[in-house]
Amino acid sequence: MAHIQLKSLCKSFGALEVIKGIDLEIRKGEFMVFVGPSGCGKSTLLRLISGLEQISSGTLLFDGQEVNNLIPSKRGIAMVFQSYALYPHMTVYENMAFGMKLAQTTKAEMDTRVRRAADLLQIDHLLERLPKQLSGGQRQRVAIGRAIVRDPRVFLFDEPLSNLDAALRVQTRLEIAKLHHDMSDVTMVYVTHDQVEAMTLADRICVLRDGEVEQVGTPSELYENPNSLFVAGFIGSPKMNFLTDRLAADFDCTTLGIRPEHITITTAADAVWQGKVIHAEDLGSDHFLFVEIGSSEPLIVRQNGKLLGRIGDALSLRPMPEHLHRFGTDGRPIDKAA
Amino acid sequence: MPTSHRSMKGKPLRRQLNLQQQRVRAAYVFLLPMLIMLLLVAAWPLFRSISFSFTDATADTLFNGQSQWVGFDNYLERRVRSNGEVRWRGVLVDADWWNAVWNTVRFSVVSVSLEAFFGLLVALVLNMEFKGRGLVRAAILIPWAIPTVVSARMWGWMLNDQFGVINYMMMGVGLISAPIAWTASSDTAMLAVLIVDVWKTTPFMALLILAGLQMIPRDMYEAAKLDGIHPVKVFFRVTLPMIKPALMVAVIFRALDALRIFDLVYLLTPQSDATVTMSVLSYREIQQFGDYGEGSAMSTLLFVIITLFVLFYIKLGRVDLTGGSR
Amino acid sequence: MGRSFLGNILFYMGVILIVVISVYPFYYAIITSFESGTALFKPNFFPESFSLENYKTVLSQRSFLRSFANSIFIASVTVGFALLLAVTASYALARVTFRGRGLLLMTILGVSMFPQIAVLSGLYELINLLGIYNKPWALVLSYTIFTLPFTVWVLTTFMRELPVEIEEAAIIDGATPWIVITQVFLPLLWPALVTTGLLAFIGAWNEFLFALTFTISETERTVPVAIALLSGASSQEVPWGAIMAASVIVTVPLIILVLIFQRKIVAGLTAGGVKG
Repeated sequence: MAHIQLKSLCKSFGALEVIKGIDLEIRKGEFMVFVGPSGCGKSTLLRLISGLEQISSGTLLFDGQEVNNLIPSKRGIAMVFQSYALYPHMTVYENMAFGMKLAQTTKAEMDTRVRRAADLLQIDHLLERLPKQLSGGQRQRVAIGRAIVRDPRVFLFDEPLSNLDAALRVQTRLEIAKLHHDMSDVTMVYVTHDQVEAMTLADRICVLRDGEVEQVGTPSELYENPNSLFVAGFIGSPKMNFLTDRLAADFDCTTLGIRPEHITITTAADAVWQGKVIHAEDLGSDHFLFVEIGSSEPLIVRQNGKLLGRIGDALSLRPMPEHLHRFGTDGRPIDKAA
Repeated sequence: MPTSHRSMKGKPLRRQLNLQQQRVRAAYVFLLPMLIMLLLVAAWPLFRSISFSFTDATADTLFNGQSQWVGFDNYLERRVRSNGEVRWRGVLVDADWWNAVWNTVRFSVVSVSLEAFFGLLVALVLNMEFKGRGLVRAAILIPWAIPTVVSARMWGWMLNDQFGVINYMMMGVGLISAPIAWTASSDTAMLAVLIVDVWKTTPFMALLILAGLQMIPRDMYEAAKLDGIHPVKVFFRVTLPMIKPALMVAVIFRALDALRIFDLVYLLTPQSDATVTMSVLSYREIQQFGDYGEGSAMSTLLFVIITLFVLFYIKLGRVDLTGGSR
Repeated sequence: MGRSFLGNILFYMGVILIVVISVYPFYYAIITSFESGTALFKPNFFPESFSLENYKTVLSQRSFLRSFANSIFIASVTVGFALLLAVTASYALARVTFRGRGLLLMTILGVSMFPQIAVLSGLYELINLLGIYNKPWALVLSYTIFTLPFTVWVLTTFMRELPVEIEEAAIIDGATPWIVITQVFLPLLWPALVTTGLLAFIGAWNEFLFALTFTISETERTVPVAIALLSGASSQEVPWGAIMAASVIVTVPLIILVLIFQRKIVAGLTAGGVKG
């Protein structure tokens, strides 16, 4: 259990400032996800928390204790890497026991903890194998097992699913979610560029951009109340529709945001916008229609169930008024009109 | 038990070293033994050798402390004889020295060029896929693996004027009418050294260039083929520029070896004026004549020449020998 | 492969030429070594006679066998010692960022470029000072001037290629740099050590100048010097047969070693040169 505090944390590599003063509090036992585009500094921030990178300025506290200068193994953390980082010449058992061996734990204790973790992750039959004899999914589980065995107060994940194929990704995501449920007193910090992973796993999400925090909140908070154009466009798949100029001015704002799932197809009488379908994507459960309504980009409209529009069709569209997002010139939301 | 609750064993007053600091400290400790050894076997002897060049030390006076400081006299000295005649002495005005410099430089330029050329050819051949490629690669390792001494003796035997098989073959096909004294005759001695050196070293060059060739992604060639570009043009426009870094590194390593050549010249030829190189001359001065002063002056000059060459080459070619920092 | 028939023929002719040129001289040395007496002095392409006399002559000379032992001892010790120092040094150079690292790397490279003659007189003085003149230790010491930079340089290249994350995982597990080297990297690095050691061994085995200068008695010679100074019954006679036999004895093990470790050697050579 750790209450992690980041106070004005900065990190520079030479002249390049990568983390520009971040303040953040991560609550005990929560699953916090750092998400953002490439280069936003999320991995760097994770590494600062782990101790693999040194903090340039600011303070990092675990349970109120300053850990800036503590080496990683003394911070009570464990890390799961994107590329698993298993020791190739050691068996799975040895991989998982290595940290304890260095800490001179008794053989009995080592054995108990390794087998317990192996049992939890269902890799007990793989204990005598070498990493190269394992599949990608198995290797990732061993990597997670190695982390569990350390009995950490903070669990760090650095894009652990990126190297897995789509099906395996979903499966492992489930296992990580289960892990969080089983180890509810361990704080977990997870880095990803995939906002779907963020939304499905997180208790709270921290959206980062250019080394600064854009917004912190629960997935639904970020989904329903994004506090900037950037967050609004980043969260949610497919992206939120943004309308500018005349179409936005109709609603008294500089930019109007409306998610594809919040637009209904209606009759011409009720229509707010009218246009022609120029492209359709059929995903089986959902359909996405790209409608040209005179904005700079076509409006994406989600439809579930049966397809109501095909390419070339003229459609009348109406946004759900309670889901309109109005942004001012500064990219910040204007308070919702009643 | 969480590792964080383990007591921090006895780090009382000193500030805790973070990870980076610990690693740097460990690095210094790791480097120390190596640095000490290098100081002992390289820096110190070099310093002493250079010092000798400023003294009149000889084999007799080297250890009894009777050698004297003479400044630059070994390099260049202006003497006025009793009859008023001015004479210049010293390595820098020694005809033998400049002859050696000329021999060495000429040899280096020719040998490195030939080795780069033939090395490139062999590398191109090895880069192609054909049956028996492994055998060929094994075969070319043989000249490289043979000790220099053995090569010198082996070729000395083949180039022997009376019993050598090379003369035998050449007379057999009518290339020459009388046997050539390859290693003894001043016309051909350097050529003999060249032949043996090229034979010995081309494999090394070929392997380095081959490594560079193999790093070129295949799709570059496929794209060029699709575009219908003539293979010769592909070679000059695509291949050559891409192996330039590897080539540059190989050339500089070889050039340095060529500039300091000793073994082959000493073993293959009678070290006449035609073949004496800077190393050989310096060695002769020290070992045969016992003149540590002048001999060391020569070796120091060689050292300076090589250092200048390297600096010049790196600056000019912008060659990155360290492969960048991590 | 799309080559014309003529092109194919020319290509294979070129290949054969390369192989013949590479192999012929040693082949000739071998057949010469099996000739004796007058047969020796008749140039021929194929073995015409067979005699083991040269080998008997060479192998019966105690000094020759002794020189073998000397060479093995000296090369092994100097390479072993260099590797020991180089493992930790290369870790520091490859994986820790510190001020002056680039300069240090260049300096080490520079040392390996020293012309040996430039340190000859200084080394001679040092060797006498330490009282090891005309002893194997003189050569063990002097050879370090090139085996150490070489092993450091090549091992640094290999060290750089080891994945960062494995080291980071070890750090999180609580490994100090020493533990990282000994328990995590060394098991992965041992092929590189073998290669580097082999290349350095060959270099030390081959060395001539220092061996010539720092030993004087027949019993302390190394193999290259022994072969170079092989003399015949009279001062005029050059014992070509014996020389060839000695050469073959010395070279065959080397060639076998090189052929066995071919791939590793090529990797080592190019690591030092290309990937640098």
